[in-house]
Amino acid sequence: MLRVNNIEVSYLNVIRVLHGISLEVGDGQIVALIGANGGGKTTTLKSISGLLKVEQGQIRSGDISFNDKRIDHLGPEDIAGLGISQVMEGRRTLEHLTVEENLQVGAYRRRDRAAVKRDLEMVYDYFPRIREYRKRVSGYLSGGEQQMLVIGRALMADPRLMLLDEPSLGLAPMAVAEIYEIIERINQERDVSMLVVEQNVKAALSIAGYGYVMENGRIVLDGPADRLRDNEDVKEFYMGISSSGSRKNYREAKHYRRRKRWLS
Amino acid sequence: MTFFLQLFITGLALGMMYALIAIGFVIIFKCSQAFNIASGQIVMLGAYLGYTFLMPLALPVWAAILIAIAVGVMMGLVIERLTIRPLLGQPPLPIVLMTIALAGVIDGVAILGWGGEYQAYHDRLPAITLHLGAVSVPPSSVLALIVSVVLVAILMFVFRFTKIGLAMRATAEDEQVTRSLGIRATTVYALVWVIACVVGIVGGILLGGVSGASPPLSDIGLKALAVVILGGLDSIEGAIVGGVILGILENLAAGYLDPLMPSGGGLANVFPFIIMLIVLIFKPHGLFGLKRIERV
Repeated sequence: MLRVNNIEVSYLNVIRVLHGISLEVGDGQIVALIGANGGGKTTTLKSISGLLKVEQGQIRSGDISFNDKRIDHLGPEDIAGLGISQVMEGRRTLEHLTVEENLQVGAYRRRDRAAVKRDLEMVYDYFPRIREYRKRVSGYLSGGEQQMLVIGRALMADPRLMLLDEPSLGLAPMAVAEIYEIIERINQERDVSMLVVEQNVKAALSIAGYGYVMENGRIVLDGPADRLRDNEDVKEFYMGISSSGSRKNYREAKHYRRRKRWLS
Repeated sequence: MTFFLQLFITGLALGMMYALIAIGFVIIFKCSQAFNIASGQIVMLGAYLGYTFLMPLALPVWAAILIAIAVGVMMGLVIERLTIRPLLGQPPLPIVLMTIALAGVIDGVAILGWGGEYQAYHDRLPAITLHLGAVSVPPSSVLALIVSVVLVAILMFVFRFTKIGLAMRATAEDEQVTRSLGIRATTVYALVWVIACVVGIVGGILLGGVSGASPPLSDIGLKALAVVILGGLDSIEGAIVGGVILGILENLAAGYLDPLMPSGGGLANVFPFIIMLIVLIFKPHGLFGLKRIERV
């Protein structure tokens, strides 16, 4: 349903951050995009959702299509209207609005009031904890609850594809597990495709069907998630597990990394 | 006591006009984090429009106000299309500079269209003097009270209870998020500028009824700044409360303190800024300003 075809992206016309990224998300699929800091994962998501243009970034070449319709020239509002919802990095709740108002903002473009009301209940069913706080100002929720709220808000737009940017960022392991479980349920029950950007590789690959590994603005490795999970390099670089299965100490990992790089 | 009530009620009317003008200032600040330097000029333009509608064209007051609202709507749309849209996604400073340019343009229009002369039209307002016991409220204040209360009530309803009001509040919090959820930033900005122009121009007509239309009327923009700093820069409720407080205090100062001055006056005009200074020292967020939410 989503095809990113060899895009090159630069900011302010000079800083090139993506050097030809291609990826695909099929109907109902969960795809993970993993890699280290500064690799261009967030930029890839912003290219898809159109927010790149808001930040003076530009797709220099290549194209992006959604359901065989080109979307790389559209603004973020129109792309959202096609059914792509982005959950931005860092739990961007609308702090001074209540929980319920946050969710209503997600449904802004929808006209069918009955369906919106149904979906509001659906979101509260997925996240029972935020139902308790529906009248509360969202800025005071805990980190995990805020993450639930922004996922719920994106869900209120009734999307076909959700772009999740680091849903595990800064959360306790328990909260990460809870959120990933719900993401997987939403994918299965609502038939929403997902493109998940993560540094928490283990969590992302546990629910994804397919994965791409990004480094320095390029995709260096891709394959079905279970194959990536068993890949020695992925284990070594992103999961901190050495070939023998024991944890490796930092110095050795760094040494290994210097010795064997994908790029150069 | 009669004297006090007299000052209090005309001060209330003045304060509601300040509140109206300050709302225009606040919503632009909320959405763009930019000061609208031209807010006083819009008021001044409103006063001149009021003069033209009421004196040479001799329209009834209600028609003048309706046409003024239409002019405000068009002005807001034109400003958004020509100046705000190209600046979308830019930091606040270019928008502030744009409003400085806008202030210059409107000053020029006032000179081109009306010669920059003082024009009064208070005798064209309907003669509805309100008598409350011994207190008599002049027509300009009665009109100002009625129109501004109605307009403020409508705006509050829009902000609180409508979908577009929610979109405006959400955009004020985080424009990127709302755009990614499909709320058009251009629509929100157009509406913000339309409201700012409408309240400015209607406020100008009302204020012109009290003090006449003249280029120095644009100094009201600075008083609006004092109002919003008292109420909190990003709070609409604060703008209303701040406007009323400042209007009343200014009138009381004019009534009680000005006669004590050796020059026989002048304190009333300084009074809002004295309050602004005190507020800045002791309560920099203002009375109702949004505090940054920090979880510990």
